[in-house]
Amino acid sequence: MSTVLRQQSPEQNARRARAAAQLREFMPRAAVLTDKEDLHPYECDGLSAYRRLPWIVALPDTVEQVGRILRLCHEHDIPVVARGAGTGLSGGALPLEDGVLLSLSKFNRILEIDTANRTATVEPGVRNLAITDAAAPYGLYYAPDPSSQLACSIGGNVAENAGGVHCLKYGLTVHNVLGLKFMTMDGELITLGGKALDIPGYDLLALMTGSEGMLGVIVEITVKLLPKPERAQVVLAVFDEIEKAGDAVAAIIAGGFVPAGLEMMDNLAIRATEEYVKAGYPIGAVAILLCELDGTNEEVSEGIAQIRTLLLKQGAAEVRTAKDEAERLRMWAGRKAAFPAIGRLSPDYYCMDGTIPRKHLAKVLARIGELSKEYGLGVANVFHAGDGNLHPLILYDASKPGELEKTEDLGGKILEFCVAVGGTITGEHGVGVEKINQMCIQFTREELAQFHALKAAFDPKGLLNPGKAVPTLSRCAEFGRMHVHGGKLVYPDLERF
Amino acid sequence: MKEDNDISQQLAEAVKAAAQKRTPLTITGSGSKRFYAGDIEGEKLDVTGHRGIVSYEPTELVVTARAGTPLAELEAALADKGQMLAFEPPWFGEGATLGGTIACGFSGPRRPYAGAARDFVLGTRIINGKGEILRFGGEVMKNVAGYDVSRLMVGALGSLGVLLEVSLKVLPKPAREVTLCFEMPADKAIQTMNTWGAQPLPLSAACHAGETLYVRLSGTELGVQAARAKLGGKPMDKGNDFWREIREHRHSFFQNDVPLWRLSVPPAALPIDLPGKWLIDWGGAQRWLKSDASATDIRMQAEKAGGHATLFRHAKQNGATFHPLPAQLATLHQNLKRAFDPDGIMNRVVAV
Ligand SMILES: Cc1cc2nc3c(=O)[nH]c(=O)nc-3n(C[C@H](O)[C@H](O)[C@H](O)COP(=O)(O)OP(=O)(O)OC[C@H]3O[C@@H](n4cnc5c(N)ncnc54)[C@H](O)[C@@H]3O)c2cc1C
Repeated sequence: MSTVLRQQSPEQNARRARAAAQLREFMPRAAVLTDKEDLHPYECDGLSAYRRLPWIVALPDTVEQVGRILRLCHEHDIPVVARGAGTGLSGGALPLEDGVLLSLSKFNRILEIDTANRTATVEPGVRNLAITDAAAPYGLYYAPDPSSQLACSIGGNVAENAGGVHCLKYGLTVHNVLGLKFMTMDGELITLGGKALDIPGYDLLALMTGSEGMLGVIVEITVKLLPKPERAQVVLAVFDEIEKAGDAVAAIIAGGFVPAGLEMMDNLAIRATEEYVKAGYPIGAVAILLCELDGTNEEVSEGIAQIRTLLLKQGAAEVRTAKDEAERLRMWAGRKAAFPAIGRLSPDYYCMDGTIPRKHLAKVLARIGELSKEYGLGVANVFHAGDGNLHPLILYDASKPGELEKTEDLGGKILEFCVAVGGTITGEHGVGVEKINQMCIQFTREELAQFHALKAAFDPKGLLNPGKAVPTLSRCAEFGRMHVHGGKLVYPDLERF
Repeated sequence: MKEDNDISQQLAEAVKAAAQKRTPLTITGSGSKRFYAGDIEGEKLDVTGHRGIVSYEPTELVVTARAGTPLAELEAALADKGQMLAFEPPWFGEGATLGGTIACGFSGPRRPYAGAARDFVLGTRIINGKGEILRFGGEVMKNVAGYDVSRLMVGALGSLGVLLEVSLKVLPKPAREVTLCFEMPADKAIQTMNTWGAQPLPLSAACHAGETLYVRLSGTELGVQAARAKLGGKPMDKGNDFWREIREHRHSFFQNDVPLWRLSVPPAALPIDLPGKWLIDWGGAQRWLKSDASATDIRMQAEKAGGHATLFRHAKQNGATFHPLPAQLATLHQNLKRAFDPDGIMNRVVAV
């Protein structure tokens, strides 16, 4: 898909001018953008294959303004899309051609670090890493650490239930949020929880987390802070077969270890990274595993010795332990730079996000390899192995006609295979606009209808982020037909369809 | 031990029939937690026949079991492989089932350090109020496809649907556990628990009862030894029994019929000014109060401390269990209830 730039009718233009004027009644001129050149930076999120110029961008800086924007839009049936930092990888913050893009970027204040209760209360536009930075002087940190943590907002993290390298041990965003304030589409402010460990009534904290901006606009967040571990140590294991690496992951978990991080990279990813950041990775390896343990000094020493033995027994050709903190950070620097490193291999790449039961790692990686050959597109793998969360990166060139479509088709195939082995189409990036067709494969009609009913409980008019996350039943019917027509209905024998 | 059995179709038919006639249902397991939400009017829908572990793969750290599976059976299967339910659920009765445990959403002493029941739920299969069998989440660690309906079911007391199956993340049992005792008053204990909570220590439980602070350490042999040396205190002989008594409300503190309140507050909240006796668990975040004070006073104090209060046991009258919700939030609850159960037949709990 390329930039959708539909000509607006005079009627639509008048409607837009009216809405902008109404917004400017309570917001400064500069906080309501309508000029094309001002709108451009907002035309996509991190999934840049999908672009659309927003109708209006509103940049409120008080909760009261957010309320007024929402009430106004609610009254006039104007759809609204919330946007954090725009690093999302599923097109969740893709704007609408007839709706307001509500940017939370001005909500960037850390309101409180409560050291006694070990919480941080922040505005939604605060960057993920800024929380850890603010907590660091007290020996505390915020655990979920998406690779995008320098840029992504905590509001976006909540909306996507973001994960990171350390989520295997410390949980996803949902496990680390204690309180939320959000506004429903009609501008009502709802407060959930605070610094206590649970809330009365239904667990709306869990429901809001990962709801992709469909249920409410988050305006304040209280997160849990954890004590920084006394020590962290990483080992790098080198494998000459994918199967062995996959089995080693299972063996670590079965051995009763809960590593702080357990990441895997395949040869293509290793080579790209090594060339880019010189992390000291073995470029001849078929796969490497990075396994980090943290805890008290004693625990870590004991654990690392055991993990080394285990990895060698699992057939690792070599196991390196970081000699010092500098080497540990270098080993991680490679992993963290893997996306941009792979980005250098090809004009464009497309990041997938399926999650599978760990035991199928080798099988799914092999299948991805086959599909890659079949489609003639390179695929690099770098992912959260401990969680079974895959990130195949499909290398393509958007300027070649038809190549994006081919890429999307290949991506869809990979996700469908993930579902077929008992997994899911998205582990942490969300459905957005990108995986909306695959939702039809993962869920039945009744389940999708239940999602729609749930959405209507929060937003009866369906004005918040319409067209994302949950496909309409008619869309699924069409998608299904498409597949049958192509004679490509996959895994028709599986019960889940 | 009874046979494994899948009666989901039968249960779904029963719900469908009830929805047609608008007959309210009361979903029943073993009845171990009936004291909590009070009597629920309605025709009995017995789920204890729907039982058995559907799949358990220790290397995946995931178990899926039918809702009627007794916790005893589930926990024994996990223990057999050196694993456990890390939220340490209270049973409150020998027959306790998985379904009831998740529907109530209770968690035990390990909660502040390991996570709550909802944190370990990966997926569910449910019957909604229309009698449809639906599946949400799954058996993988990370899954953000669709709204997190599975976690919404935790603590919903069956008011949004019948739980058929639950997939849970499990964890390895720690190699070593030690409980240490320290004599000190409540205010000092709250401070101590929170000071230690901010340090990288292998804590797995912390509670103040009577005049003693009890702290449990879990981890590797060496890790626990080192932490023990750091903290001092007197090791307890039968630490596990102690934590089980706390978890199951069999500790002497719980042994009378004065109303039992549960206050969920920020862990470092100062001692709360209310008449009665206190037992402080969860590192300060869960405070049990035995008190005849008025519900209004207790709820006001809980709110002032930044939390809420639930009348957990021995309510003198029906209908006062749950902390009232602000109007807007209550409306959202009602909307959600209708979205899952349009005819309003599922567990009519007073909470919503
Ligand atoms: C290089 C790179 C690496 C990445 N690595 C990871 C990773 O390791 N793990 C991971 O989980 N993700 C990762 N991501 C994806 C992305 O960073 C996360 O999804 C992040 O949580 C998005 O935050 P954001 O502020 O950019 O949100 P946006 O992209 O602006 O928005 C994302 C969604 O959240 C909604 N939203 C945003 N703010 C609010 C709000 N205040 N209220 C309600 N809804 C809101 C939007 O409507 C949209 O649906 C990566 C992305 C990139 C580009």
